[in-house]
Amino acid sequence: MRSRNLRRRKFLTLGATAAVAGHTISCSGSKSRWRFLTLDEAATLDAMCEQIIPGDQDPGAHRAGVVNFIDLQLTGFCKALRPSYRRGLAGVDQASRGMFGSRFVELAGAKQAAVLEAMETGQAPGEAWKDLPSKVFFSLVVSQTMQGFYGDPRHGGNREAVSWRMLRIPNPPVRGRLHYDLTQKG
Amino acid sequence: MALKHVNAIIVGAGAGGGIVAKELAEAGLRVVLLERGKWYTPFDCRKDDLRNQRTTVLGNAFGPDDERSPRVLVDAQGHPSVVRASQGGYQNNAACVGGGTFSYGAMAWRFMEKDFRMRSTYGPVPGSTLEDWPIRYQDLEPYYEKAEWEIGVSGDDSGNPFKAPRRKPLPMPPLPPNREYQILLPAAQRLGLHPFDIPMLRNSVPYNGRPACMRCRWCVGFACEVDAKCGTHNTVIPKALATGNCELRTEAVAKEILSDEHGRVTGVAYFNAEGRLEQQTADLVIVSCAAIESARLLLNSPSRLFPHGLGNRYDWVGRNLQGHTYSGAYGLFDFDVYDDVGPGAGIAVSDYNHGNPGLAGGGVLCNEFIRLPYQFVTAIPPSVPRWGKAHKDFMRKWYRRSMAVQGPTQEMPVFDSRVQVDPAVRDYWGIPVARLSGDKHPHTMEIANAMTGKAEQWLREAGAIQTWKKLPGRGLSGGQHQAGTCRMGDDPKTSVVDKLCRVHDVENLYVIDGSVHVTNGGFNPVLTIMAIAYYASANLVKTWRRGRV
Repeated sequence: MRSRNLRRRKFLTLGATAAVAGHTISCSGSKSRWRFLTLDEAATLDAMCEQIIPGDQDPGAHRAGVVNFIDLQLTGFCKALRPSYRRGLAGVDQASRGMFGSRFVELAGAKQAAVLEAMETGQAPGEAWKDLPSKVFFSLVVSQTMQGFYGDPRHGGNREAVSWRMLRIPNPPVRGRLHYDLTQKG
Repeated sequence: MALKHVNAIIVGAGAGGGIVAKELAEAGLRVVLLERGKWYTPFDCRKDDLRNQRTTVLGNAFGPDDERSPRVLVDAQGHPSVVRASQGGYQNNAACVGGGTFSYGAMAWRFMEKDFRMRSTYGPVPGSTLEDWPIRYQDLEPYYEKAEWEIGVSGDDSGNPFKAPRRKPLPMPPLPPNREYQILLPAAQRLGLHPFDIPMLRNSVPYNGRPACMRCRWCVGFACEVDAKCGTHNTVIPKALATGNCELRTEAVAKEILSDEHGRVTGVAYFNAEGRLEQQTADLVIVSCAAIESARLLLNSPSRLFPHGLGNRYDWVGRNLQGHTYSGAYGLFDFDVYDDVGPGAGIAVSDYNHGNPGLAGGGVLCNEFIRLPYQFVTAIPPSVPRWGKAHKDFMRKWYRRSMAVQGPTQEMPVFDSRVQVDPAVRDYWGIPVARLSGDKHPHTMEIANAMTGKAEQWLREAGAIQTWKKLPGRGLSGGQHQAGTCRMGDDPKTSVVDKLCRVHDVENLYVIDGSVHVTNGGFNPVLTIMAIAYYASANLVKTWRRGRV
């Protein structure tokens, strides 16, 4: 019991660190407070995720902390994807420079979307895509953005269960459904 | 120190092995049950939407783990690649006490009479090894009943005129209908179909000392934390242990089956939980590892008399790997249809299992289980992009206003869809891994495609304002419904085990799991695996008592 409590305490501490780290995307140049990503990489990824699930009347990927989810998973179960993210995020800027002459985060929304569409169709310029097809990297980021946005907040994304609120799912998840009167019709 | 000799070793504590353990132990045999995974309890069942047995993007909750148990998958172009256990191509079934039954959706179908007589019913299908079973439905009927009452099934199939005859009704009533059920029921009736309550290995009322389902949304792919889902882990395996005749060894990884110069098997070499190689001797060995791992274990057990592996004299071990090709349709409604009440699936029609003009089979159609938000992300019509604002709008608007109807298509077995052992890749314990290759039969795809139209029709009649097809995927089939790799038959040249599940040329070696299925029905196969386990065990006990093993 005792060791279990300690582990839980450690887990909670890590969670708190993660929450703090989630707010430091814009401080480029200083030491990264992310676990794996550099500050520049995190900023690029954050902009990319926000294109994939944009904020509107409901929060998008940025406010849901999707980058925090991805960064956290890259230290654990998804460790093997680290090289893909390192190379792929460099590739996003190469594509962006090749198409519009500046870094991805500096582009207006429509131009960011154009870069992603080029990646999705495998037409994005950039050295990085020689070993890692842009299509493959784009699909990876789409999947993990969806996981971070629609997945359980315990994994480091979906902050304050924003997506579950949007879908009208009770949160915290109600396990038993006995509050429904199942003897009634309709 | 050598391990004490026992009467029987059963490798694999899943749907089949758990039942065999109980039947043999109750008959007085001393039994060792080996399981490569752990024994989880309901209290281990952290409900994790991204790490379970259905959504595995963050790993398999109940094994195998990604690091130690790779397989090799050969693609359509013949290129092999190493796949991890949580990847789709791996064709995983859970590795734990209870096997798949610990976390399954728990549909409890009896196959139909024609499902055992596919060749006689439809004639030969070119390119397929479609064949009749050497046993008929009537042979299994008492054992289906035994499985339903011992493991526990709820539901009501009295409204299904296509079902094979049964002597006793199901022991538990169905769960009350959810909203999808109530919408689909009158629609099916208007179409002249015959809807009924899906039989489920799930308590709808207290049964066997365990409580009723609390209807949560975390069902298929998850363990049940109130223990209302009935598997071998909470029924027959505890009973086997209670006899005092059965010892369960978990995290025990079988390396090979040992055999002697007389062509009999003598035991099993396995790695125990500490990773030490042990030899357990026994009078009988029963292989119940599910279709892929059972074939792998036989192939990994060559000897002078059996140079190509046990039971493999005619190169049939590992052949005819099949599972189920799922297809169906999605529908959108202009009102809320999703009420988030588990287990989700509840209503079925069996009208399309057989008798479809021009098709050699069919499948049952059901409403889908509960869906978690991430599972819905890819349930989009072709007109909706997979990212961006339009995707988010779709999720927001339709999550609670959509429904899926789908089902498992009975597959046409293919000789070259197969399990081999890889010549180079080994697992953590140094054992050659399973190498999977092959593809679905084109006619399987035709049947599955036809089912999508039936599902769309049902959804439209139910009021769907838009429907689209959930098309079957290409590639090898297997997964949780894996079957067929140690075919049952009368002719040793075209099968691996006889009609009592005994390996043809090894008199004290049995395979008792989905591997022996000649064909896999248009239904989830678990109740048939259980029925075969009871049937084969009953005969094995008789043979044992006559001293003929």
